[in-house]
Amino acid sequence: MAEPLLEVKNLKVYFDTPDGVVKACDGVSLSLEPGERLGVVGESGSGKSVTFMTVMGLIDRKAARIEGEVLFRGVNLLELSRDDLRKVRGAEMGMVFQDPMSSLHPFYKVGAQIAEAIQAHEDVNDKDAMSRAVDMLGRVGIPKPDERARQYPHEFSGGMRQRAMIAMALCLNPDLLIADEPTTALDVTVQAQILDLIDRMRDEFQTAVIMITHDLGVVAEHTDRVQVMYAGKVVESGTRDHVYHGSYHPYTWGLLQSISRLDEKQDRLKPIKGAPPSLIFVPPGCSFHPRCPYVMDVCKKEVPELIEEEYGHKSACHLSLEEKKRIFEAQVEVHS
Amino acid sequence: MSVEVSETAQPRAEAKRQPLVKVVGLEKQFPVTRGIIFTKKIGFVHAVDGIDLEIYPGETVGLVGETGCGKSTTARLIMRLMDSTAGQILFDGTDVTNLSRGDMRPFRKDMQMIFQDPYASLNPRKTVGTIIGTPMRIHHTVPKDKVKGEVQELMRLVGLNPEHYNRFPHEFSGGQRQRVGVARALALRPRLIVADEPVSALDVSVQAQVLNLLEDLQEEFHLTYLFIAHDLSVVRHMSDRVAVMYLGKIVEIAEGDTLYKNPKHPYSGALLSAVPIPDPRVKRERIILQGDVPSPINPPSGCRFHPRCPRTREIAKAEGLGTVHPRCRDEEPLLLPQHPGQFAACHFPLDDGALAAK
Repeated sequence: MAEPLLEVKNLKVYFDTPDGVVKACDGVSLSLEPGERLGVVGESGSGKSVTFMTVMGLIDRKAARIEGEVLFRGVNLLELSRDDLRKVRGAEMGMVFQDPMSSLHPFYKVGAQIAEAIQAHEDVNDKDAMSRAVDMLGRVGIPKPDERARQYPHEFSGGMRQRAMIAMALCLNPDLLIADEPTTALDVTVQAQILDLIDRMRDEFQTAVIMITHDLGVVAEHTDRVQVMYAGKVVESGTRDHVYHGSYHPYTWGLLQSISRLDEKQDRLKPIKGAPPSLIFVPPGCSFHPRCPYVMDVCKKEVPELIEEEYGHKSACHLSLEEKKRIFEAQVEVHS
Repeated sequence: MSVEVSETAQPRAEAKRQPLVKVVGLEKQFPVTRGIIFTKKIGFVHAVDGIDLEIYPGETVGLVGETGCGKSTTARLIMRLMDSTAGQILFDGTDVTNLSRGDMRPFRKDMQMIFQDPYASLNPRKTVGTIIGTPMRIHHTVPKDKVKGEVQELMRLVGLNPEHYNRFPHEFSGGQRQRVGVARALALRPRLIVADEPVSALDVSVQAQVLNLLEDLQEEFHLTYLFIAHDLSVVRHMSDRVAVMYLGKIVEIAEGDTLYKNPKHPYSGALLSAVPIPDPRVKRERIILQGDVPSPINPPSGCRFHPRCPRTREIAKAEGLGTVHPRCRDEEPLLLPQHPGQFAACHFPLDDGALAAK
């Protein structure tokens, strides 16, 4: 097995608030190989964004208590100084956020913003930086890139802005692209364009991609491996096919059963009961137990570990493997 | 578009029934102005540009399309929350297009709306009991001393704890708040409910709860829904018939299964093919549209979809006519019958099975 590009070990991010401690990320571990596509699925408040903001060093260390390790090519990013971190971030990892309007600066021209990112990391003159920015805009499919580079973000449509963000994230040819809900604010037809673009860019630059989303459809079509998060913890992780066609966690089952599907008509949706918990008052034991139809006594007391069930497919659930297989085949697979 | 076409655009079995809502040639233009003191109109946004639609009692009509295609404006026009520029709206056979506020009031009881954002659509300073009871107090449908009991009954019906009558919206989760919105819409026992993106702001695991609730209520109270959403999977699940809008026009309308199996308009096809399927084993042909939706201020000539249409390019190329077929550029297509109950506005409709799995 190749050396992992990114390895996160037991990462914890706690925020102290007047109402109590928000455990946004509570012991997350993962590893990502070069060129791999990882999908991170979870609802709002599951801690998926905070986890990867921390990986990028975007969470203020004074505002949160951060524990654990984030190893990028073996270097722990949590121990780097701000300046050293800056050299890695942007150049070796790029990030694309959900809302392209609020992540581009409204007062600067798009080309200048990309050129600035290049000049922050490489010693190139203004002219060369700008021509690279224009070239990059062209490669992400923006027509007339030299004209577009001289425009402001408000002159771009939503899809165009997201393309510009991707151009900015990839202009230094990073090894890792973190895309946090990159298409949630976009229409489906534009979503298809952007996801197609990310896939093509990944093939062209051999960039590893972490796709953070709540959309199980996006994950099914654009990732290799899937990690499901609930209440600040990873509850299941495995290859895409394992998770979709042999899931071992009741929360994933619930998600798969509750979504409406375009390709077949269901009689009735099977929702997960209740609502996701507040991260201040996470239920004791397994945090999913109040919503779980298969809850046992042990679930209310002991936190299940994320353990490998088979073939690298991990889940954090007290049910026995036989039981999980039986329930999945009987209840979930039939439905999906 | 001619009226005859819309006359035939009815579901087969219900050809004799009177539609609850009938919309003919509905248009809405918003002026685009320039100048601050001396404002002058420099153009119009054609948000809704001639729509014919009929909604029959007890059915759910889904309205889909991209941002800015005019689906929310259509809903607001039908609800008479804004005035149309042209066209006619008939509610249960009565022309309500130009009724005054006062004359409109009796009809308000029969048509209610559920909004997208359960955080913005509930007054944060009122208790949910007050919020749900207000429609009854305004319309005097329930004697004053019985309002509380009636509200609690509604709360139970939508799956809220009636004891939470005195709580404020912030004490509820997103899904529960949307239930409050549903209870308020039901308070007057309306016949039509217009739901504008009712689940888009909710978490995936909670969406299904609200969708199931809407289905149960429809059965119990014989409700008619106009269901607007950009999520095509949700619309398919909920709707009997689905209308696809593009730049202020309905480009295709059909029963759900027909549309999803055999879309006839290339735009419907592209829209459907763009939806990712949550099953890694399903591989489909994907039509990726080029560019963005054009400005509704100066919509393209002929068929509005022609600058982005892969179909016209394909046909024009086969006939050696350049990149756009002249007919698509010059002649506006009419909504014409395709399969039974299906109407599409396209000169060169897609073949059956164009979207079938690879």
